Amino acid sequence: MRPPERTIFVERRTYRRRRLIDAARLLPVFGVSIFAFPVLWARESSTTSGVAYLFGAWLVLIVLAFVIARRLRQSEGDDV
Amino acid sequence: MSFNLLLAVCLGYACLLFIVAFAAEKRAKAGRSAWLRSPWVYTLSLSIYCTGWTFYGAVGNAARSGLEFMTIYLGPTLVMIGWWVLLRRLVRIGRSERLTSIADLISSRYGKSTLMGVLVTVLAVVGTTPYIALQLQSVTLAFDAFALPGEGNPLTAFWVAAGLALFAVIFGTRNLDVNERHHGVVIAIAVEAVVKLVALCAVGVFVVWGVAGGPGEAMRGIAESSAANWDMRPERWLTMTFLAGAAFLCLPRMFHVLVVENSDESHLATASWAFPAYLFLISLFVLPIAVVGLSVMPADANPDLFVLTVPLQFEQGGLAMLSFLGGFSAATSMVIVASLALSTMVSNHIVLPIWLSTQGEGAKLSGDVRGIVLLARRISIAGVLALGYIYYRVSGGGSALAAMGLIAFVGVTQVLPALLGGLFWRGATRVGAALGVSIGFAVWAYTLFLPSLGPDGLFTARVLAEGPFGIGWLKPQALFGIEGIDPLVHAVFWSLSLNTIAFLAGSLLTFPQPLERLQGATFANILRHAEGARGWGESHVDAEDLLVMTQRILGANEAQALFMQAARGQNKSGYLPDVTPEFLEQLERELAGHVGSATAHAMISQLTGGVTVSVEDLMRVAGETQQMLEEQSQLQLKSEELQRTARQLREANAKLTQLSVQKDAFLSQISHELRTPMTSIRAFSEILKDEGNVTADERRRCSTIIHDETLRLTRLLDDLLDLSVLENGNVSLNVRPDRLSDVIGRAVLAVDTGDTQMRINRKVDQEDIPINTDSDRLAQVFINVISNAKKYCDADAPELEIRVGGDGERSWVDFIDNGQGISKENQALIFEKFARLTDQRAAGSAGLGLAICREIMQRLGGAIDYLPGQGGAAFRVQLPQEKRQAA
Repeated sequence: MRPPERTIFVERRTYRRRRLIDAARLLPVFGVSIFAFPVLWARESSTTSGVAYLFGAWLVLIVLAFVIARRLRQSEGDDV
Repeated sequence: MSFNLLLAVCLGYACLLFIVAFAAEKRAKAGRSAWLRSPWVYTLSLSIYCTGWTFYGAVGNAARSGLEFMTIYLGPTLVMIGWWVLLRRLVRIGRSERLTSIADLISSRYGKSTLMGVLVTVLAVVGTTPYIALQLQSVTLAFDAFALPGEGNPLTAFWVAAGLALFAVIFGTRNLDVNERHHGVVIAIAVEAVVKLVALCAVGVFVVWGVAGGPGEAMRGIAESSAANWDMRPERWLTMTFLAGAAFLCLPRMFHVLVVENSDESHLATASWAFPAYLFLISLFVLPIAVVGLSVMPADANPDLFVLTVPLQFEQGGLAMLSFLGGFSAATSMVIVASLALSTMVSNHIVLPIWLSTQGEGAKLSGDVRGIVLLARRISIAGVLALGYIYYRVSGGGSALAAMGLIAFVGVTQVLPALLGGLFWRGATRVGAALGVSIGFAVWAYTLFLPSLGPDGLFTARVLAEGPFGIGWLKPQALFGIEGIDPLVHAVFWSLSLNTIAFLAGSLLTFPQPLERLQGATFANILRHAEGARGWGESHVDAEDLLVMTQRILGANEAQALFMQAARGQNKSGYLPDVTPEFLEQLERELAGHVGSATAHAMISQLTGGVTVSVEDLMRVAGETQQMLEEQSQLQLKSEELQRTARQLREANAKLTQLSVQKDAFLSQISHELRTPMTSIRAFSEILKDEGNVTADERRRCSTIIHDETLRLTRLLDDLLDLSVLENGNVSLNVRPDRLSDVIGRAVLAVDTGDTQMRINRKVDQEDIPINTDSDRLAQVFINVISNAKKYCDADAPELEIRVGGDGERSWVDFIDNGQGISKENQALIFEKFARLTDQRAAGSAGLGLAICREIMQRLGGAIDYLPGQGGAAFRVQLPQEKRQAA
């Protein structure tokens, strides 16, 4: 017998959840890139702009993580 | 403010923590612990990441190197928002394998290896000791900041260490099962998390609004301060962010709160944003405090203490007190959890294995292990704190706080390659992990730890400048002669690179033991709910021996309950279940939650005589799975076959029922058909019997009717006889060569009685086909079809077309009239016996004609079918094939 296959096409709800999981996986990558970004320009810039950039980016990440975590909890299901 | 008041407040706060912890334990025992397990408590407990170093040192760090202090918070933020990838997996494994510490994780992953456990434990102890020293130092410095010169107590650090040891012993070693939550400890550190956040924010608010005069002014202050330029050093920025994230995962105390104390995987989802938010808040005011401190404090003031000294400078005694409590909270919560985690590791991975090996074969006969384990744990806590204290005394608080913290970070991070490799890569082996960790550890000690002890330590200034024994390329802070790298970046780069290379090379070149392979597959596939292979083969150990051993670790009641439950699961009564591999697995897991996986495995294998899993067992398990799959597929095939058979049976049954109905209908039809002529014959013969009143005319009429009716009866009986003979198959065919045109001609002639207007169209030249069959029977079929057309065609000018066709293999004759044809539902009926569609024009017909035709054609090897879609009623007579070819 063939092993139980994962279906290739899924209903809308499952599809949305999978994309949500993709977002959850991508979020740290996004975080790394926005926190590494100052490496390119921060040598000459002022601390105040650095504060604004870093705390702003940080806040964006927190909000994104909040939204993703909430949505993920609302749509419990296939996790892999 | 007097030093004694501070001491009193401090003691009062400590008492409060004790009370809170006691209350939480009590509630938990009473089963009212729902809110103790809330995701918020979990998130707050993670805040032990922010230690006294964070509380005081971050401001100092910001005063010295500006925004670089933020890297310490950005790293953990990245790890938390990436929880789906890494932490979820880690927590799942921690719960399913009942891990007790990070050393347990590494040891369990690499074949429940005692060696790996010892290695990671040593690393953790060495890496955590400076960290604990750091906390003691921060508390001492804070005390001294309040004290007047000469008033400070040189034994402050000692008393703090002793007090913390007491707390950790009381609340951390109440029970043996590390996986059981330490509610008291967790709630205490949650309270402390709130205290330190509130304290730092309070100081920040005071500094921003009270001193600087609002956020805008604070920003202007930053822009005008000595830290106005960001002045980023990219390599340090990236390295420290990475280091903070890695340490967040690898620090024993972080593993303890993240994984061991986790009661619900879904708490991670909340913590994934709530903990970054906590870090955000705690770092929000760091820079303003540093900048204000730099501007208002004397130049020689220690920036590490700005959080305390700035409020004191403005004579805000209460605020300073709160700030002191915040720092105290940060330091104590870290020390408590760290010592707890370390004591678990030391007792499970060092003390127990040693004790076990000294017991030898007689292990199962000696007394309660629990006492020994708990004692080991309590002594470990005291020992860890003592080590921290000694380190603090020896180092003399020589270096800046943050530097010591970072050194510890790099040390514990050496576990990272083995940890990540173990979680994601099945191919990681114990040899690789051991090599990687030891090499990384050695390089760390050589390049960072030993040089940090200062010129009075092991490495003199001369060694640092010229290398040991004057060997230039071994200079601790410029390995291989590559100079000019920041010492921290240098150490991180070389230790982790060489560590990873050794880990990968070792894993690629060695062959893992069966248990390692088993654990590797379990860990790597943890999210797929794959049923793991079992770690035990069949063994002949006595269940009673196992019970005796288990009692010594779990205690009598728990052990008996466990065994009884297992026995009930096997449908047995009493306390002794069968010792199946499943039971051994369950038992081992239970024990692992108490004494660590390596020790649990060792204890059971001591009893089972070392019968552990072998490569053959693994293969067999794989084979069994395969076999099961095959059996399943066979079952499926069989069930499909059964369904098919059932369908056939159903069809046959339906056919039989239909036949029986037909037979009944046939009998009633036939009696009806026989009865009608009989009735009229009887009636008319009775008339004839009354000779007197019958005229000659009437007599002739009556006898004609009787004659007709008898003819009809005879015909009917002939038909029936014919049909019966045909159906029974004992008909003798008179096969001879003939021509189709002749047969059709005879049929048309037989039907043509001259009284009909029906025109018959034939194409005689097409009909010139030789046939070899019973042509009389074939003619009978044709006659029947043609006379049917004559009888039933309802067109005004009836016409019948006789068309001969063929496709090379078979030939057929179509009889198509121009009437209205036969409706679709009746097409299936017309070949049945007594199927007369409309009675009024069927006089003299019993409805047997087409049934006979079909039987004849079957006998001859041809067929007769209704041909739909021809504009009228159409019949196709397929000529017998073999007979035609034979001709």
